[in-house]
Amino acid sequence: MNIIVVGLSHKTAPVEIRERVAFAPTAMERPLHECQALPAIIEGMIVSTCNRVEFYATTRDPDAAIVQLRRFMANYHSLTLEELEQHLYDYQGEEAIRHVFRVSSSLDSMVIGEPQILGQIKTAYGYATEFKTVGLILNRFMHKAFSVAKRIRTETNIAGNAVSVSFAAVELARKIFGTLENKTVLLIGAGEMCELAARHFINNGVSKVLVTNRTFARAEKLAAEFQGFPVAFDEFPNQLHQVDIVLTSTGAPNFILEKPKVEEVLKLRKNKPMFFIDIAVPRDIDPKVNKLENIYLYDVDDLQGVVQANLKERHKEAKKAEAIIDQEIGQFHIWLATLEVKPTIVALRQKLEEIRRGELEKSLKYLKGLGDKERKSVESLTAAIINKIMHLPISTLKQAQHDSSEDSYVDAVRTLFGLETTAAADDLPPLDEELE
Amino acid sequence: MIANVLLYKVTLLVYFVATILYLVDVIARREKAGQIGRWVLVGGFALHCVTLLVRYLQTGHIPIATLPESLSFFSLLIIGIFLLFDLKHHLTILGAFSCPLALGMMIIGAATSAPEPTINPALDSWWFPVHVTLAFLGYAVFALSFVAGLMYLLQERMLKSKKFSGLYFRLPSLETLDHINYQCLSFGFPLMTMGIISGAMWANSAWGGYWRWDPKETWALITWFLYAALLHGRLTIGWRGRRAAIFAIIGFLCLLFSFLGVNFLLSDVHSFKAMRGQ
Repeated sequence: MNIIVVGLSHKTAPVEIRERVAFAPTAMERPLHECQALPAIIEGMIVSTCNRVEFYATTRDPDAAIVQLRRFMANYHSLTLEELEQHLYDYQGEEAIRHVFRVSSSLDSMVIGEPQILGQIKTAYGYATEFKTVGLILNRFMHKAFSVAKRIRTETNIAGNAVSVSFAAVELARKIFGTLENKTVLLIGAGEMCELAARHFINNGVSKVLVTNRTFARAEKLAAEFQGFPVAFDEFPNQLHQVDIVLTSTGAPNFILEKPKVEEVLKLRKNKPMFFIDIAVPRDIDPKVNKLENIYLYDVDDLQGVVQANLKERHKEAKKAEAIIDQEIGQFHIWLATLEVKPTIVALRQKLEEIRRGELEKSLKYLKGLGDKERKSVESLTAAIINKIMHLPISTLKQAQHDSSEDSYVDAVRTLFGLETTAAADDLPPLDEELE
Repeated sequence: MIANVLLYKVTLLVYFVATILYLVDVIARREKAGQIGRWVLVGGFALHCVTLLVRYLQTGHIPIATLPESLSFFSLLIIGIFLLFDLKHHLTILGAFSCPLALGMMIIGAATSAPEPTINPALDSWWFPVHVTLAFLGYAVFALSFVAGLMYLLQERMLKSKKFSGLYFRLPSLETLDHINYQCLSFGFPLMTMGIISGAMWANSAWGGYWRWDPKETWALITWFLYAALLHGRLTIGWRGRRAAIFAIIGFLCLLFSFLGVNFLLSDVHSFKAMRGQ
């Protein structure tokens, strides 16, 4: 049994193509059923997000299945195969497993480590289970992919450092102040990014918010929103000494804060550090302020730089994640291999033969009076019983090889007779694990 | 004797392993390595205590009479105090800085040979262990504040220049490092003060004079004034951060000089030769 992936993503296709092949989440039933009805496809599911459209399927004939899925994708969206072909990729076997593990762990995302993709795949899998287009293998496969993603999230720092400007500001503040509890934030002016950053600060423990604006009414309104205190614009320099973090984004053409004033404030604060975040363009705070000891001033470009550094850091963590995936692929592959009919029959024969021999030896100890001839007939009697019992299951298994019920039979036989001896199988998550 | 040398070498090896593990954690970002490193270090510390105990039983005096002995004692205290701090702050990276320092002392100790000490009877009083233990405890605490100071300067440099190396992500917050600086100062300064006072008492009981202005005493006093200035600055005019870190670094370098430099470069009653009454 083979797992295959066919699809396209932000890495291979521009948005004009991606938007044309996307599947609406409200109408997944038809494409799922049509996809599963393709002759070479046994199980199938569709992941469709703004950055990728992918089919995950199982098949006995990977090459044919890939061709059929490509054509299906083009036909369904009324594109010619030539238009679509150059953007499509496909994987089979181990590479397909790796791809899905990487996607669900957010290693293939535009922003590595972003948390949405796992949820999107879970939703896609939810549709597939709802419309019953997935079976034994994709069920296990998806649960494995979710657990791999979870493992990577906990064992690596892949989602560790902020990749948005407003959150980067919060992290910098943490690097300076340690904890943000008992810290005071001053918001000068308004602006989307400024408010977003302020919200992040509040969510991360900042205890007091002051808001100032040239229009006092706006300051009051914003202060009410943050449960903070409005300050008159002329008054704010006199409040600065009790403020640890200053967020500013006014439309002022000149600096509203310069070095001498900050120096004065610093003396009043007994040199307690201050963090200025200047999101305004043109800037609100004289860059010379950064030269003062215990003062840290970041403008928009500086914050972008931090985000870049954080992204680099995530890429380093991604290497660790790849190692984890290598490990997990091996385990899943072993399980997949056990689903083949022939090795299962061999294992079943071995198991029953073992039992027969064991029991025979035990009984022969008590049957010491038996002659050679009798012994032989006892042996052939037991062998005959085993063969009779095994006959129907084995021929059913062999027959199942040719239709879609193969995996279920193999899995059932393996479970009923306790043939799952590989460690890998034990590590697989239970099937009834709830979708988060 | 051989058992003791062997113990020392094993301790050194264990510290070496712990240092490597800490560095692997910080440089290659393997958090597991640091976690194991901590336990290896605890093991090394215990072994080190045994080494010193064996030494004490063999020689009958607290093993700080020769240079190698006192280096070994010094590194024991550095490790011990680091482990204490680690209990509270869980700072693997502090280990990555402190372990090499202690390891370096151990290696210098192993490389310098010293004849068996026969303590000058005039100096053999109970003031000796009291003075030396207090002084060394102070040294070790200041060693840690030196390490925290280095980390502070690195971190501050990166935050100011807005250029971040991989180390940035592993360093604790400036506030934490500054807090360590303050804590070390508030423990180290009294220890050092008591060390100097007990030394004066010892001198008085041995030679009948409290203070002789020998180079070591002079340097110790200079260092004491440095730390006193820092403590004063911190408490009254809000010295902190970068300035406090620089003070901690200079202070420790002065300490090192009064501990090692004076012994190697200048000869006086505090050198280990004098200890043996030569």
